[in-house]
Amino acid sequence: MTTLAPLTATAPGSPSRWALHDSLIVARRYLTHFRQQPARLVGNLLFPIVMVIMFGYVFGSAITLPDGGNYREFLMPGLFVMTMALGMAQTVISVTTDTAKGITDRFRTIPMSGAAVVTGRSLADLAASVLELIALLACGLLVGWRANGTVWQTLAAIGLLLLLRYALAWVGIYLGLALPSPDLASVALAPIYPLTMISNVFVLPTQMPAWLGVIAEWNPLSATVTATRELFGNPGITTSTSWAAENATLLAIGWPLILIAVFLPLAARRYRYLAA
Amino acid sequence: MTAMISATDLRKTYGKKRALDGFTLSVDEGTVCGLLGPNGAGKTTAVRILATLLKADSGNASIAGHDLTTDAGRVRAAIGFTGQFSAVDEILTGRQNLDMFARLYHLDRRQARQRTDELLDRFALHDAADRPAGGYSGGMRRRLDLAVSLILAPRVLFLDEPTTGLDPRTRAEVWTDIRELVSAGTTVLLTTQYLDEADHLADQIAVIDSGTIIARGTPRELKESIGGDRIELALRDEEQTKAAAHIVAASTGTQPGIDLHRRRVSAPAPERFHNLSTTMRQLHEAGIDPEDIALRQPTLDDVFLKLTDRKEKTA
Repeated sequence: MTTLAPLTATAPGSPSRWALHDSLIVARRYLTHFRQQPARLVGNLLFPIVMVIMFGYVFGSAITLPDGGNYREFLMPGLFVMTMALGMAQTVISVTTDTAKGITDRFRTIPMSGAAVVTGRSLADLAASVLELIALLACGLLVGWRANGTVWQTLAAIGLLLLLRYALAWVGIYLGLALPSPDLASVALAPIYPLTMISNVFVLPTQMPAWLGVIAEWNPLSATVTATRELFGNPGITTSTSWAAENATLLAIGWPLILIAVFLPLAARRYRYLAA
Repeated sequence: MTAMISATDLRKTYGKKRALDGFTLSVDEGTVCGLLGPNGAGKTTAVRILATLLKADSGNASIAGHDLTTDAGRVRAAIGFTGQFSAVDEILTGRQNLDMFARLYHLDRRQARQRTDELLDRFALHDAADRPAGGYSGGMRRRLDLAVSLILAPRVLFLDEPTTGLDPRTRAEVWTDIRELVSAGTTVLLTTQYLDEADHLADQIAVIDSGTIIARGTPRELKESIGGDRIELALRDEEQTKAAAHIVAASTGTQPGIDLHRRRVSAPAPERFHNLSTTMRQLHEAGIDPEDIALRQPTLDDVFLKLTDRKEKTA
């Protein structure tokens, strides 16, 4: 049996220099998961596709829009946003699992950039959500949804969706690091479903009881839904005159930026002080 | 010899519980130190602090000459850490795991590939290299985990209960791996609940209880510290047991313990083989043919029970 020649780690004193390199290696790890187990990606996609069928065809048959627009065209931007939001569950579960299995500890004993572990995770989430979004857009086209705006408007709408997903990735990373065990992930994620329902994803807030409508309008997800409906030129642009409804695009940019500003430093701090 | 691991007066409290309470330890280069202690004694806390995973509330420590608090980056470049669970990515293949961690150790693409191949060879994982690690047996996963710890051929290796949950054959394989690493100059700090594991692997043993080291020495020294070797006899009837006890008392000059019911006699043997041969000759002359006679060292279990028991009584 051979003995191993000693190797020295390059420049252990300057981890920040390696932040980007290490982030990409960590991100590649998660993307390799999809290549190793394509079923994971299919699993992520199945839920929104079931929603397209359930709401687009089952409930949708009974829902009429105030402006008489096609419900499935109304629904699709909502489902895009819902998929972005539910993606956070993936983040939380995978972060807690890494900690439970000792992989987070393994990363922490390596002379790599500390920021890379969380940044790499967020980049991988972003890349995975691009794939999910492409599949969901194709699914939308199949059921008759169309992007009626200009190419730039369509790209801007996709940008808003990815911005939301990226912001929620940071919320998810923070939650994942803060939770003491993966068993609690389902508890922490429970509010996600009401959060997607009490919004304008499926129904316009103006059709809800007034108090619920206000909550739905101020829901950060609603801002992205309204903004993308406008950019895609889909029906259901709200007739509400509330500030939140009228400034949806501003909020669709603002909400995620606020979430990133709060949760990125929190997640990075939490990772660094896992040692405490 | 220089100390590769050196810790002075480390303290760590969780709320009111003192996990480490003045932990001081020094491990020489190229040796294995076994850290033994009952559950909750502070073994894992100590190892996690030394491997930069936890911060001590107070105290100093250095690994391979690098200070733990001011130079954690250099400490990390000098250590390998294998925790209680095999910390490998179960979806990635063995090869992908090694390659990823090698890149995170900042080896370039070519070096990483080369190192991965070396380690796969070294740990006999070549055949399984391209299968997901989740499908590996417990022993293979452990070997992959060890391989990851050895990417940089670290000078100091921390092993936190490395064979917990492994079958006896796999345990023996892991022991062989550890011994080979040490013969190549690696310093190892090993925690274990298995006393035979410490006995097999450790040059020095430190017994920890309630967050502080209560005894240390070579396995032999520790065993001698609680009374050294004993002659143990098993006889065929009560009559012979009584007669044998007299002979043992005369030949060793000590007071034997007698268990008439089980027909056993046991006595300290300060002069070891001399006591044994005298006893055997006299037994033969008296026409006593024992079922079994042996010179036995106290086991580490005896040491461990006595040490931690005494501690409980004084506490």
